[in-house]
Amino acid sequence: MTRDLFNAELRQLQDDVLTLGSMAEKAILDALESMRDGDVEWSRRIIEDDQRINKKRFEIEDRAIFVIASQQPMATDLRALASILYIITDLERIADHAEGIARINTMMEPEPLPRRLGYIPAMADRAVAMLRDSLKAYIEMDVDAAVQICNADDEVDRLQDSVYEDCIQQMVANPATIQRNTYLLWTAHNIERIADRCTNICERVVYTVTGHMDELNVSRY
Amino acid sequence: MSNSVDLRPASTGQRAAEGTLERPMAQAQPGAIVEPEGEIAITIENLSLWYGPKQALTNVSMKIPARKVTALIGPSGCGKSTLLRCINRMNDLIPTVRIQGSLYYHGVNLYGPDIDPVEVRRRIGMVFQKPNPFPKSIYDNVAFGARVNGFKGNLDQLVEQSLRRAALWEEVKDNLKKSGLALSGGQQQRLCIARAIANQPDVILMDEPCSALDPIATLKIEDLMRELVKDYTIIIVTHNMQQAARVSDYTAFMLTDEQVTGQLVEYGPTEELFTTPKDRRTEDYISGRFG
Ligand SMILES: Nc1ncnc2c1ncn2[C@@H]1O[C@H](COP(=O)(O)OP(=O)(O)OP(=O)(O)O)[C@@H](O)[C@H]1O
Ligand SMILES: [Mg+2]
Repeated sequence: MTRDLFNAELRQLQDDVLTLGSMAEKAILDALESMRDGDVEWSRRIIEDDQRINKKRFEIEDRAIFVIASQQPMATDLRALASILYIITDLERIADHAEGIARINTMMEPEPLPRRLGYIPAMADRAVAMLRDSLKAYIEMDVDAAVQICNADDEVDRLQDSVYEDCIQQMVANPATIQRNTYLLWTAHNIERIADRCTNICERVVYTVTGHMDELNVSRY
Repeated sequence: MSNSVDLRPASTGQRAAEGTLERPMAQAQPGAIVEPEGEIAITIENLSLWYGPKQALTNVSMKIPARKVTALIGPSGCGKSTLLRCINRMNDLIPTVRIQGSLYYHGVNLYGPDIDPVEVRRRIGMVFQKPNPFPKSIYDNVAFGARVNGFKGNLDQLVEQSLRRAALWEEVKDNLKKSGLALSGGQQQRLCIARAIANQPDVILMDEPCSALDPIATLKIEDLMRELVKDYTIIIVTHNMQQAARVSDYTAFMLTDEQVTGQLVEYGPTEELFTTPKDRRTEDYISGRFG
């Protein structure tokens, strides 16, 4: 018995995790773009689409729980399934943060387009790269890569500091921009949380392979 | 337990010599065989066994903790039952058996020259795969060992107490004269446990005690094991991985492969063995990828 059935189930679930991951990634990129373009209609669609992501997450969860109950996996197999349950939760929350950014866009005052967003696009690029790399490390079960990726989280934190300084300076120089800059700070916060969730995914990769739970990155926020 | 450790027949005055045999260990992954903490009931040292020319155990060394459940797992034919039978000298009954190495029960050499195997089997009781009540009443089944051993105390009390401990009393108390064979499979198995308990053992060996039982009866026996382990040392052989994971504190994984017959591959706290096994072969076996 080499467990072909179990292996097939596991592979299907891993494919589904990747699908969920790309849905979350698309939500982040779209949310940022809709903000830059001041496209409120687009942002509303992104908010609605979040339901699809939630639904997908619950589908994967149901299936993973069924596989646990029917296949009774042990050791690495069990950790792989437990990790799927955690990772899909992280991916769903990542998508929630993308939805949060879209929501912010629906609240912002109109202004000349494309909107100037300072360090925010750079920050979002880093977070999206982290998400992609985390999922790659997940599929390849690459512990070294997982540890490396978490170091990139510091860079996101540094960019967030830059956004913060930038926004505060503008608010002090021109109190009329307080509202706008507050929205940008919220946006940066959402991106920072996304990067943080990526480190959770990496921790699960390490856990699946080694059986040890190490906190790879302690966020300051 | 209250029983002091003396396994001599009443007539002998000498304690068994405790010879230690130094033989090379079978190759196991470093760190894969863990020494349990706390009081040790059984110490197995470099145990090898042959049935005639055929080797069945090779250099097994392990310490079995007192008042814990220890599970023996491994593929069919790897020597689990053989090892279990060494612990209460049941293999003595097979004429072709040859044993090398040592087994200690609370420090006493079980195979010492003046050890009485009958006393060993009273202290170290056994419950078998197929429930095997005698074709006698429930009462007589439980009282059997006590009568044979010339028990002087209150027999009714002993029977009731043993049936209670085996979680069978409530179901049978109104009809103790009923034949043991008239009980359901799960009840018969608990009757056999009651019979073992009535001998006031210290260690209870169970060889696949649930394999003939339905899931509910199985869970009852598992609950019973967790209850009994407060007072007894339990060693169980099981093919059910989930059962080993549920009921045992320590698990030993045995294997026969091309190189070595009946070796101990890994032994440690159950939680670790089933979540992060140290030896690749253990991982393959428990996750069903064996062979
Ligand atoms: N009485 C016997 N005479 C000769 N060989 C025996 C005897 N009992 C067991 N064996 C052999 O010793 C080896 C170990 O048998 P044992 O019954 O201990 O295995 P096991 O792990 O309990 O297997 P199972 O899970 O099938 O009960 C096997 O190769 C078996 O054929
Ligand atoms: Mg057997």
